[in-house]
Amino acid sequence: MAEPQLPFAITLGPGSSRSDLTGSWRTERATYVTRQAPCGNACPAGEAVRDWLYDAEEGDAGYERAWRRIVETNPFPAVMGRVCYHPCETSCNRGQLDESVGINSVERFLGDRAIELGWSLPAVAAPTGRRVLVVGAGPAGLSAAYHLVRLGHDVTVREAESRPGGMMRWGIPRYRLPRSVLDAEVQRILDLGVRLELGVRVDDLAGTMAAEHFDAVLVAIGAQVGRRAYIPAGSAAHVLDAVTVLHGIEAGERPLLGRRVAVYGGGNTAIDAARTARRLGAADALVVYRRTRERMPAHESEVQEAEEEGVRFRWLSTIGEVEESSIVVEQMELDETGFPQPTGRTEVLAADSVVLALGQESDLSLLTGIEQVDLARGVVHTSPTMMTGQPGIFAAGDVTPGDRSVTVAIGHGRVAAERIDVWLAGLAPAPEPPRELAAFDMLNTWYYEDAPRAHRPRLELVRRQSTFEEVVEGLDVDNALYEARRCMSCGTCLSCDNCVAVCPDNAVVSLGMPGSYAIDLDYCKGCGICVAECPCGAIEMVPEEI
Amino acid sequence: MTTTDLKLYQIGTFAAGNRLLDPDERSVQADPGRANAITSGHRACQGCGEALGARFVLDAAIRAAEGNIVTANATGCLEVFSTPYPESAWQLAWVHSLFGNVAAVASGIAAALKAQGREHIRVVAQAGDGGTVDIGLGCLSGMFERNDDVLFVCYDNQGYMNTGVQRSGATPPAARTATTKPVGVEPGNVFGQGKDLPRIAMAHEIPYVATATVADLRDLERKVEKAMSVHGARYLHVLVPCPLGWASASKDTIRLARLATQSGLFPVFEAEHGVVTATTPIRQRVPVEDYLTLQGRFAHLFGEPGRPDVVARIQAGADRNIVRYGLAAENEVVPHG
Ligand SMILES: Cc1cc2nc3c(=O)[nH]c(=O)nc-3n(C[C@H](O)[C@H](O)[C@H](O)COP(=O)(O)OP(=O)(O)OC[C@H]3O[C@@H](n4cnc5c(N)ncnc54)[C@H](O)[C@@H]3O)c2cc1C
Ligand SMILES: Cc1ncc(C[n+]2csc(CCOP(=O)(O)OP(=O)(O)O)c2C)c(N)n1
Ligand code: SF4
Ligand code: SF4
Ligand code: SF4
Ligand SMILES: [Mg+2]
Repeated sequence: MAEPQLPFAITLGPGSSRSDLTGSWRTERATYVTRQAPCGNACPAGEAVRDWLYDAEEGDAGYERAWRRIVETNPFPAVMGRVCYHPCETSCNRGQLDESVGINSVERFLGDRAIELGWSLPAVAAPTGRRVLVVGAGPAGLSAAYHLVRLGHDVTVREAESRPGGMMRWGIPRYRLPRSVLDAEVQRILDLGVRLELGVRVDDLAGTMAAEHFDAVLVAIGAQVGRRAYIPAGSAAHVLDAVTVLHGIEAGERPLLGRRVAVYGGGNTAIDAARTARRLGAADALVVYRRTRERMPAHESEVQEAEEEGVRFRWLSTIGEVEESSIVVEQMELDETGFPQPTGRTEVLAADSVVLALGQESDLSLLTGIEQVDLARGVVHTSPTMMTGQPGIFAAGDVTPGDRSVTVAIGHGRVAAERIDVWLAGLAPAPEPPRELAAFDMLNTWYYEDAPRAHRPRLELVRRQSTFEEVVEGLDVDNALYEARRCMSCGTCLSCDNCVAVCPDNAVVSLGMPGSYAIDLDYCKGCGICVAECPCGAIEMVPEEI
Repeated sequence: MTTTDLKLYQIGTFAAGNRLLDPDERSVQADPGRANAITSGHRACQGCGEALGARFVLDAAIRAAEGNIVTANATGCLEVFSTPYPESAWQLAWVHSLFGNVAAVASGIAAALKAQGREHIRVVAQAGDGGTVDIGLGCLSGMFERNDDVLFVCYDNQGYMNTGVQRSGATPPAARTATTKPVGVEPGNVFGQGKDLPRIAMAHEIPYVATATVADLRDLERKVEKAMSVHGARYLHVLVPCPLGWASASKDTIRLARLATQSGLFPVFEAEHGVVTATTPIRQRVPVEDYLTLQGRFAHLFGEPGRPDVVARIQAGADRNIVRYGLAAENEVVPHG
C-alpha cells in the first residue's frame, strides 16, 4: 500500500488504525434480531400489537397507519377496544415495570377515530370465482367473511337472526358496546362485497351444499342455547335464562324480572344479566355463585363495575329450590382440590325471579347426516387448520372447543379464512416459523421514561344504574398518544441510535433509514455493550465458529 | 380524569437518539455525521469505557468548536491503544505528551495559539486518572491557577491500567489492584479520601468543573458543550469503567458507570467558580452491592465469609456523597436489602 503524503511533523495518518481489523479478536458477534413481543403473542386475534403501537406513537398520520395495521388481522378495532378481555395487557412486559400499556384503550381510540373519519377497509383481491358459505354472522363468521372476501372469494353469510353480530349484539349489553359502533364496523365489512342473508337459518347443511354448490363452508354458529340445570321449582316460580333475557332486551322486550333478582352463575353473562337487571329497575340484583370470587370466570374489572352499580354477590353458594318469591341457597365449602362441596347449611332468601347464567350450548342439528364431523361433547372438533373431518367444512368460534370470546372468535375466523383459501388452492398450509419471545429480562428498562398509566374514565354512577349508556369512556388524543408511547417496543428495534452511540469500536453503522443499522464485523470486538444497552432486546450475541 | 404529563417520548433523552424527537434534540453520537474523533481499529480492550468516553467527549467538543480543536494526550491506555506505530485512530489534531506534563503541554499550545492570534482554535488536554491526580497534578494545578484556556478531561478508570492495573490516587477503597492485594485485615486499597480531583479543581475556583460518566451520554455531551462555551481553565472528570482493571464483563461497562451513580458512589454534578451549581439526582437508587458484585476487584468482599463490614463502610461513603451533593431523588424508596 502506498504511504499517504503527510504534512510536516505529522507522523501518523489520521484514522490509519482502520487498517487493523480488530474484529478478528471476537469470539461472539453482535446480531440484530426481531423477537416476538408478549402482547402480540397473547392476542387471540393475532394482532401485531407492538407494530401498530409503534405507528400510533407518531400521532397524526401514524394513527391511520396503526389502524390499517390492526385491520390487517382484525376488522373490529372499536369493538375490541370495548369488549376484548385484553390478554395482551395481562402479558405486557411493562406490567413488570409499572403498569401494563393500555393497549386496549389505544385500540379503542383508533377504532373510534376510524369510524369518525370514515376510514375504509383495504381493497379486495381479484375474484377467484370460488364460492364460500359462512353460517352465522357473529364475530367468527364476519371475521372469516372479511378475510375471505379480501382474498377474492365470493362470500355468502347466512344468519338466522334479523341483524348481524351474533353475541356482540344479542348478548353483550349496550352499556358495554353501543350498537352504533358495532353497526359501523359490520357495515364496513359488508361494503367490501360480502353477501349477507338475514333471517335465514341453515337447518340442513348437507342439503344446502348439495343444492347450491359451495366450494367450502364455515360453520360459525356460536352457542346460542342457555344451559339449564335441574332446580326444583314451584309452579309459580319465575325462572329464566340469561341469554334469553339479554336477547329479549335487544329485541325491544322488557322482561318481567321483579324487584329482587337472583342471577345464578359466575361468568360474564351472569354479571351482564345482573347489571342489566339493575338498569331495568331491580332494587336488588344478587349473583349467586358456587365458587369463590378468585375462581370466578368473570373478569375482575366487570365484577368491580357491577359492585359499583350496586350488584351484590354471594360466593360459595348454590340455589337448591325456587319458589314464587324466595330461593333456598346452600352454603358450599371448597375441598382440598378446590372443588365446591355441599355443607347442608341452607338459608332462604327473597327473590322474585331467578336468571340462570350457567353457560351456553350449540344447536348442532344443521350438521345431522354429515358423518365425518366429530360432534363429541356438543361441540364441533377441527384439526389445527380449522377443518372438520369432512373436507371442505370448517368451523370457528364458540361452536368449537376452547376459550370463548369475541377475540378468539375473530382470530378463528381469520385463521379459517386463510386455511380455506389454501385448501381451495389445493396447497398445504405453510408452517409458522416460531419466534423467540422478547422476555422482560432481555430489555434494558433504564432507557424508558417514567410514565404512569393513563386510565379511562368511567360514566357517573347514577347514570350507570338506570340507563344503558356506555360505562367506560375513551381516551382523548393526548392520552392515547401518551399511552401508546409507554410501549417499550419489546423485541423490535425502536430506532433509538443507542447501539450506534455505545460501541467503543464504532462498529455499529447507521444505514440511513431510521432503525436500520448494521454491525461492521471488521471492527466488532464482541464486547456485548450494544446488546446490554439496547432498550428493547433487539440485538443478541451469537458465538463465532472458532 | 387522570392527569398525565403529555410530553412523553417513550425513551425521552435517556438513549442516544429518539425517532420521536427532532434531529437537533438528539445526541451528537446519534448524528450520522459525527466526527468519530477516535475511530475503529484502535486496540482498546473489548468494552473499554475509556475509548468510548474519549469519543463522546471529543465528538461533542469538535461540534462545539466547529472543528477548530487540538488535543494533547498524556501517556496511558488512551494514548497507547490509539496510536500503535505506524497507525493512529485519531481524526483530529492530536499530540502525545509525557505521562505527567499534559496540562503544561496544553497550556503551552494555548499560549502559542494566543501569540499567533489564533485563539479560535480550542485546546483540550486528556489524561487518565494517574496522569491527572498523581504525576500530573503539579502541572494541572498550575494550569488551573493561571486560568489557562484549556479544557482538561480526566478519564477516570480508577487505576494505572496501561501498566498493569496499579493503584492510583483515584482507586477506590478496598479495590484489588496489582499493588493493593486483597489480603490482611484491610484487604485491597486503603480507606481514605484518595484524591478527589473535582473538589481539588473547585478549590482553585476555576470557571467550570463537572463530573460525568459514560452511562449518561446526554449529560456528558451537554457538559462538554457548556465547557466549550467558556474560556479559561475548565475541568471535566469522566468515570470510564475498565473491564480489564475492574475484572468486569465487557458488556457491563455502561451498566457499571450507571450503578456507580445510582448507588451514590460517583456523584454527578457541576460547579462554577468553586460553587456547586447543579447535581444529577439519583433516579433508581441501588445498594453499593449491586455495583460491587459485578467487579472481580471487589470479589474478596463477598462470598464466605465475606467482609460485610467493609461493604458497610463503602455504603457509608456512598450515603455521605448523597447527603453532600443532595443526590436523593424526591419520594425515593431506598431498596436496601
Ligand atoms: C352476555 C354475554 C357477554 C359476553 N361478553 C363478552 C365480552 O365482553 N368479551 C368477549 O370477548 N366475549 C364476550 N362474550 C362471548 C362472545 O360473545 C362469544 O364468544 C362470541 O360472540 C362467539 O362468536 P361466534 O361468532 O362464534 O358466535 P356468536 O357470536 O354466537 O354468533 C353466531 C351467529 O350464528 C347464528 N346462527 C346460529 N345458528 C345458525 C344457523 N343454523 N343458521 C344461521 N345462523 C345461525 C346466530 O344467530 C349468531 O348470530 C359474551 C357472551 C355473552 C353471552
Ligand atoms: C514518568 C513516567 N512514569 C511511569 C510511566 C509508565 N506509565 C505509563 S502509563 C502509566 C499509568 C497510566 O495510568 P492512567 O493515567 O490512570 O491511565 P490509564 O492507562 O489508566 O488510562 C504509567 C505508570 C511513564 N510513562 N512515565
Ligand atoms: S411494552 Fe409494548 S411491545 Fe412490550 S409487551 Fe407491552 S405493549 Fe407489547
Ligand atoms: S458494542 Fe461494538 S464491539 Fe461491542 S459487540 Fe456491539 S458492535 Fe461489537
Ligand atoms: S486496560 Fe482498561 S482502559 Fe485500558 S484499554 Fe483495556 S479496558 Fe480500556
Ligand atoms: Mg487510569
